[in-house]
Amino acid sequence: MIVIRLDRVRKEYPRHRHLTRGLKQSLLHLPDLIRSMSADRFFALDDISVEVQKGEAVGIIGANGSGKSTLLGLIAGVIGPQSGTVEVRGRVAPLLELGAGFHYELTGYENIVLNGVLMGLTRREVAARLEAIVAFSGLESSLNEPLRTYSSGMVARLGFSVAVHLDPDILLIDEILAVGDTHFQARCYDRLDEFRRQGTTFVIVSHALSEIRYLCDRVVWLAGGKIMMQGKPDEVIAAYEKS
Amino acid sequence: MATQAVVTPSARPLAYLVDLILVLVQKDMKVRYKSSWLGYAWSVANPLLFTVVYYIALGVFLRFEIPGYPYPLFLIAGQFPWQWLASSIGGGPMAFINNASLIKKVRFPRNIIIVSTVLGDAIHFLLTIPVTLLVLLWYGRTPSWSWIPGIPLLVLAQFLTVYGAALAVASVNVFVRDLERLVALFIQALFFLTPVIYSVHVVPVQYHVWIKLNPVAPLIRAWQKLLLDGYLDPLLVGAAYLSAVACLVVGTLVYRALSPRFAELV
Repeated sequence: MIVIRLDRVRKEYPRHRHLTRGLKQSLLHLPDLIRSMSADRFFALDDISVEVQKGEAVGIIGANGSGKSTLLGLIAGVIGPQSGTVEVRGRVAPLLELGAGFHYELTGYENIVLNGVLMGLTRREVAARLEAIVAFSGLESSLNEPLRTYSSGMVARLGFSVAVHLDPDILLIDEILAVGDTHFQARCYDRLDEFRRQGTTFVIVSHALSEIRYLCDRVVWLAGGKIMMQGKPDEVIAAYEKS
Repeated sequence: MATQAVVTPSARPLAYLVDLILVLVQKDMKVRYKSSWLGYAWSVANPLLFTVVYYIALGVFLRFEIPGYPYPLFLIAGQFPWQWLASSIGGGPMAFINNASLIKKVRFPRNIIIVSTVLGDAIHFLLTIPVTLLVLLWYGRTPSWSWIPGIPLLVLAQFLTVYGAALAVASVNVFVRDLERLVALFIQALFFLTPVIYSVHVVPVQYHVWIKLNPVAPLIRAWQKLLLDGYLDPLLVGAAYLSAVACLVVGTLVYRALSPRFAELV
């Protein structure tokens, strides 16, 4: 079953979004301005078609600015395409940023609830998972303290702990695998393996090619908003490393 | 050109949206009160301070009077609702921009941000009603039973008005950042053109049409009548709801048109 289908998706951004010349100059040169605004665009994604099967783990690699994060943003539904269609079936956990909405004045517990609800759980669902989240984080002793007293590693651990308890059908991951100390990282990988066994679909953006090789069934290599190559991890990664 | 994105995320039942709003309002409240000692006092202090200033400048120095009411009492009745209106609409332009990371990284209905900030301001307003009550008693007047239906009715009208206006300016400000300054100026001007520090009765009759055209004047006047006289004026309430619906419709249309591109621009 196909759970993610992108069909000839284009996403373009104008280069200038603000009036750089000031209002008067802009008004005096209005035709120029409009012409330059419509001409000066670049394609973040240009005619991309990708399908992902249920339970598949797809890695996305490519240089900075090649369109990887835009692709994840489209699947997550935070941005829309210029043309083409994006279809996604199932509950998506977009881990584009750990601890979305975390507030540094609130305690760890309060942030778990805030983040969990923002990521799509009801308060009751968060309460039901609270114990598991706390245990996974290994931060019991600090959870009554405000987040500003945490180290950045602890914040990331807390964010990741909520993230892996969202029970998603589709997990979108943007460069957030390597958090915490080696001990905690091992626990993260265990948890991701568990997700894979349960048939969760993965889309992972990462520059850590060893992670991609370890987790993914298929790799898509993006360059300049186009698909350069896709296929078995070893082959695509080898070609990418040579380029 | 087919530009429609068919995204089917998990269904968002009402219960979830309620939870989302609740959690965001709670966050605002906790953050606002957590590291300040005086907490509640601050949200009352600001309008009270200005009430005192207006009373000294206008009531004492310029010897301005409102027939039928002690001037400080009259000021209080309009000042608190105005404070809510000004802080919700004034905070509107930055509401989406301040939540840029959420808008870029999490999928949820973005207007919920506005719902929760306006709701937070509404709660602050409700917390000021005891102060109004105290001032009323101080001047030997009593509250009226009409407050019981009247306050919720006017709170709803004001919520819709302010939500619609804030939603519109928040959405537009993502694209045109100058709006923030314009809104601040506009609110200041509107304050003096709305009967908050004076009543309609002292305005010469030939100018009444301008007050009638002011979209927030019926609301503020309805508050004054309710809080001072215990009278829920059906004409003013009707007019307030008319402009509430207008604000809501405009705000929603603007938001619908602009929100698909928020994540690219905030």
